[in-house]
Amino acid sequence: MSKSYLDLDQTHCAIGHPKTAFWQWMLTVDHKRIGLMYAAVIFTFFFVAVATAFAMRLELFAPGAQFMDGDTFNQAFTLHGVIMIFLFIIPGVPAVFGNIVMPLMIGAKDVSFPRLNWFTFWLYITGALVALSSLWSGEGFADTGWTFYAPYSLTTNTNVITTLVAAFILGMASILTGLNFLVTIHRLRAPGMDFFKMPLFVWGIYATAWIQLLATPVIGITLVLAILEKYFGIGIFDPSKGGDPVLFEHLFWIYSHPAVYLMILPAFGIMSEIIPTFSRREVFGYRTIALSSASIAGIGYLVWGHHLYTSGMADTAKVIFSFLTFFVAIPTGIKFYDWVFTMYKGKIILTTPMLWALGTIITFTIGGLTGVTIAMVGVDIHLQDTYYTVAHFHYAMLGGVVFLLFAGLHYWFPLMFGRMYNEGHAKFAFYLNFIGFNVLWFPMFIAGYYGMPRRYFDYLPEFEIYHQISFVGAVIFITGLITMFYVLIRAIKNGEKVGPNHWNATTLEWHLPTSPPPLENHTKVPYVDFMPYEYHHGQPVVKFDYETMKRID
Amino acid sequence: MSSHAYVAEIATDRDGNEHVVQGWQDDMYGAKLGFWLFMFTEVLMFGAMFMTLTYYMMLHEADFVHASASLNRYLGGFNTVVLLISALTMGLGLLKMRHGDIKGAKTMIWATIVLAFLFLGVKGVEWSLEYSHGVFLGLDALQPGNEHSKPFGQILFFGMYFTMTGIHGVHILGGIGIMLWLLKRINSGKVTPEHHILHFNIALYWDLVHLIWVFVFPFYYMMGAGTEMDTATLSSTIEAISHLGGSNEHH
Repeated sequence: MSKSYLDLDQTHCAIGHPKTAFWQWMLTVDHKRIGLMYAAVIFTFFFVAVATAFAMRLELFAPGAQFMDGDTFNQAFTLHGVIMIFLFIIPGVPAVFGNIVMPLMIGAKDVSFPRLNWFTFWLYITGALVALSSLWSGEGFADTGWTFYAPYSLTTNTNVITTLVAAFILGMASILTGLNFLVTIHRLRAPGMDFFKMPLFVWGIYATAWIQLLATPVIGITLVLAILEKYFGIGIFDPSKGGDPVLFEHLFWIYSHPAVYLMILPAFGIMSEIIPTFSRREVFGYRTIALSSASIAGIGYLVWGHHLYTSGMADTAKVIFSFLTFFVAIPTGIKFYDWVFTMYKGKIILTTPMLWALGTIITFTIGGLTGVTIAMVGVDIHLQDTYYTVAHFHYAMLGGVVFLLFAGLHYWFPLMFGRMYNEGHAKFAFYLNFIGFNVLWFPMFIAGYYGMPRRYFDYLPEFEIYHQISFVGAVIFITGLITMFYVLIRAIKNGEKVGPNHWNATTLEWHLPTSPPPLENHTKVPYVDFMPYEYHHGQPVVKFDYETMKRID
Repeated sequence: MSSHAYVAEIATDRDGNEHVVQGWQDDMYGAKLGFWLFMFTEVLMFGAMFMTLTYYMMLHEADFVHASASLNRYLGGFNTVVLLISALTMGLGLLKMRHGDIKGAKTMIWATIVLAFLFLGVKGVEWSLEYSHGVFLGLDALQPGNEHSKPFGQILFFGMYFTMTGIHGVHILGGIGIMLWLLKRINSGKVTPEHHILHFNIALYWDLVHLIWVFVFPFYYMMGAGTEMDTATLSSTIEAISHLGGSNEHH
C-alpha cells in the first residue's frame, strides 16, 4: 500500500523491464521521476553557471585585469548565459514542476506521451553534453555572448558551431515538452474540470507550452541558418555577401523575447498556487489571472523589436514596438494586484514558500518596472547594454523566475519526497538569499545609469564602489544558495515524514493516497465540480476519501 | 488486439453519474492533436525561411529573377508532379488501411517510397547540374570578392535555394525512414485498420512535406520563367543531363 514512486519497481520503463534501480531511473517514463531527474541536472548546471558568474565578479572586484584576460572573460559570460538560459531557466519550471505537478493537478495518470517525455529528457541531456563538449574541444567555448549576434559569431574562431548545435537540440527538447503538455492539458483533465476549473499553475504551463511550440521553431531555424552560414557560407547573415546581420537579431529575438515570458509564466503559476494556499483564501480574480497569462503570451510575440532600438530600425517601428511593450505591463500588473488582493483579509501563514513568494513580489516589481523604463526608446538609447539592463534582467529573471522556482521547490518538497525540511533553517536561507540578491544587483542600476557598460572585463575607477558592493552581495547570495540546497538535500534523507497534504492546500496534487505519491497517482480519478482554491474560514472546503476519491465534505 | 487491453476508468460525480476518464492510452484524438502541433513547428521553421527569402527578394529583385531563370524548370516541374502523385498514393494508402485493405495500403506506401526516391534522384541530378555550372555552396561563384563572384542578390538566392531544398530533402529522407518504419509496424500487427494513428500521422507529415514543395517550386523556379534570361528548354535539359552522365564517365 505505502509504495511510492521513488521505490524500486514502482515505475514503467520506456524499454523493457529492467531489474536494477539505476536502469529503472534511466528508462523511466513516469512524469514524477522525469521531473526529479530534470531537477537534479538543472540545479547542477545552475551551480556551474553561478560559479562562472562568481568568477566574473571576482575579476571585476578591482579595475584592470586580476586573473582573467578579456577573451576568457568573454567566454565566461557566454558560458554563464548559455547555461543559465538554455540549460537552466528555459527548461526550468516546466521541465521540473510541469512534469512533477501538472499531471497531478489535473488528475491524470501521466502526460499524454510518456515515452516522448522520456525521449525529451534524454534529448535535453544530449544537448547539454554537446554544449559542454565545446569547453574542451577546438578553440574553446564560444565568446559571442549567449545571443550569438552575427557577424561576429560567423567570424570568431571559438567553438560557436557546437554551441549552436546544442542550442538547437535543446530547442527541440523544449518544443517536445510544450507539445506534450499542450496535448496533456487538452486531453487528460479529470472529468468535470473545464479550463476555468484548472489550477492557475496549469494555466501558466499551458500558456508557456504555446510559446515553446510556436516561438522555438523560429530560433531553431535561425540557428540552423547560422550553422550553415559558418559551414557553407550561404551568405544569409554575412554582410560581405549581401546578407543582413540585423535580420539575425530580428529572428533571434522573435523567439528569445517570447522566451522570457516562457520562463516567467509558469513561475507566476507557482505564485498563484502559493498565495491562496498560505492566505487561506480563494484566489482573487481567478479568471483575470488565467487570461492574463494567455494575453502575456500573446502580446509577448509582438515586442521583440525593443531589443533592436540601437541596431538600426525604422523610427516608426521603434515607436510601435515601444508602445506594444508597455502593454505587457498591464496583464502583469493585473496578476500582482490579484495576488495582493488575495492576501488582503486573508489568514497569512509565513511558511518558507510564502516568504519566497512575498520576496518575489518585491524583487519582480523592481525588475518589471525597470523594464517599463527601458521599453521607452529615448531612455533605452541611454541605458542599452549597460549594467542597468543587466540589473533589470536579473531582477526579473533571477528575482522573478528563479525565486519562484525556489518557492515551488519549498512548496512541493513535501509532495515530492514525503518529508519536510527544517523550516527555521530554510527561512534563514531565504533571508540570506533575499538580502544578498538585493545587495548584489541594486548597485548595478546606479552603475548602469552612470554608464557602466555590460560585458566589459575592465572599467573606470569611479565604478569600483558599485562592483565591490555587488561582490559583497554575491558572497551573501551564494552563501544563501548553498545553505538553501544544503537544508533541502539533507531533508531528502533525514527530514521529518509528513502526510500527503502537509500545507492544507486544496488542489488535486495534495489529495493523493500516499506520501510521496504512488506510481499512477490518484487511486481513482476524481470528478471535478469545484474551483481550485475553495477555503471557508481558513479551511479547505473540498475533502476527499483518498481510497475512492469521492468527496466527503 | 492483445496489446490494446486498456480499459478506461470511470469517474462518478456526486449525483452518481458516470464519466469516462480519458487516459493517455488509446487516445487517437490526442495523438492527432500532438501531430498537428508538431506540424505547426514545421510551418514556422519554413515560414521563417520564406520570410527571409521574401526580404532579400525585395532588396534584390532583378538578381532574384535572373538567378531563378537559370534554374531548371523541367526537372523542378517534373519533381513537383512526382511529389503530387506521391501525396495521392499516400492518401490512397490511408484510405485502404481504413477500409481494412492492409495489402493495398502497403502497396501504396511502397509506391510513395519509390516516388520519394525518384524525387531525391532528380534533385540530385539538378544539384549536380548546378555544380557543373560552378554554382554550389562553397564554390567561387557564391563567394564574394573573386572573378567568378555573382552579385549579392544571386549569392543570397542560391544560398537560400540550397538551404531550403536541402532541408526539404532531409524531410523527404526522414519521410522515407518513417514510412519504412510504418511498414514494419504494419507487418508486426502494431498498426491495424482499428489502430492506424501512426499511418494517419505519417500521411499528414507527407502532405506537409509536399505542400512545402508546392510553395518552394514557384518561389524559386517560376520567378524567372518567361523572362529573356530564361534559357531552359526540354532539349537543353536532356543535353545537360547526358553531358552530366558523360562527364561522370570521364572520371
